[in-house]
Amino acid sequence: MSQQQNIEQQLWSYIDGLSTNEERSTIQKMIETNLEWKNKYHELIEMHQMLNVAELEQPSMRFTKNIMEEIAKLHIAPATKNYINKKIIWGITGFFITLISVFLIYGFAQVDWNFQDDSKPLVDLSTFNIGKFFNNNFVNGFMMVNVLLGLVLLDRVLANKRKKFHKQV
Amino acid sequence: MSTGLGDNEIISRVLKGEQNAYAELVKRYQAYVFTLVLRMLKTREDAEEVAQDVFIKAYRSLADFRGESKFSTWLYTIANTTSITFLRKKKLDVHSLDNEKVFEVADSKDSGFRANLVEQKSRVNMVNEAIAMLSPDDAAIITLFYKAEQNLEEIARILRLETNTVKVRLHRARARLKEKMEKNFSEEVKNIY
Repeated sequence: MSQQQNIEQQLWSYIDGLSTNEERSTIQKMIETNLEWKNKYHELIEMHQMLNVAELEQPSMRFTKNIMEEIAKLHIAPATKNYINKKIIWGITGFFITLISVFLIYGFAQVDWNFQDDSKPLVDLSTFNIGKFFNNNFVNGFMMVNVLLGLVLLDRVLANKRKKFHKQV
Repeated sequence: MSTGLGDNEIISRVLKGEQNAYAELVKRYQAYVFTLVLRMLKTREDAEEVAQDVFIKAYRSLADFRGESKFSTWLYTIANTTSITFLRKKKLDVHSLDNEKVFEVADSKDSGFRANLVEQKSRVNMVNEAIAMLSPDDAAIITLFYKAEQNLEEIARILRLETNTVKVRLHRARARLKEKMEKNFSEEVKNIY
């Protein structure tokens, strides 16, 4: 950054009120004693004032009317947080935490904590039969839980629709 | 009538079904939104269309306004994203555009009659003209800071940037604006400084 740019940046921070007290007093001194700083300060303050007084642009006379006509046909969408059901999120979270916990507990249960031989690993992976858990029963159970969650969700959606319908009637 | 009520009070009325109360919010912010959008899009026709779209989108999503920020900050966020989407649709990549190229486009657009107008222009018009020559990003940041009464933190929220980045970008945008003014309105600038 050139010296000029550096001066400008410090002066803009000063004008915008973003400099610290210490910086402010240093810049104030520079403006009072240094001609280059003084001229640059007046140049920037002039521009700052012009930017502040610049007028706002006005849209057409029909602007508000057009919008009101348009929104008369619309409904406000429900808040995003209302259609994300917290119970379902907690349910899914609980399901995965349980699943991970079961795996961890089983894994730790396989460890032979009294084992002394360094040449062999702490966990004997050859005895770990993953197929035992991902068999038909496991997959069926998993699918059943999913179907159950799906039915709960469907029930809630239908209940909400029923409520809305009764309100309209 | 909703005149005199705070933004949040009007919003809760609208949410309770008093749709007409929304007109007060539109009247209150239409000039700010229109100015911001116009300075980004450059043409009144596009700005009018996009600004209307901003208020319609805001109405549709009003239930999502949680009051964590000012309503104006939330509204300008919608205005900024809607304008960027519009520019992208028009095949104008606002981020990849080199600022100088934007200046050149803006310059060539009205250079024919600029010379005659310079004499008549007030300072305010000169500033508006110079802002119109800036890139959409620079124009947005200057408008939000000077005209939309937003502080650096709020601008950072609107533009989805860090506050320090906004500070640097604001400095750069003003430097480019000054450069534009000196280049295109040299006589007037001389009188001012």
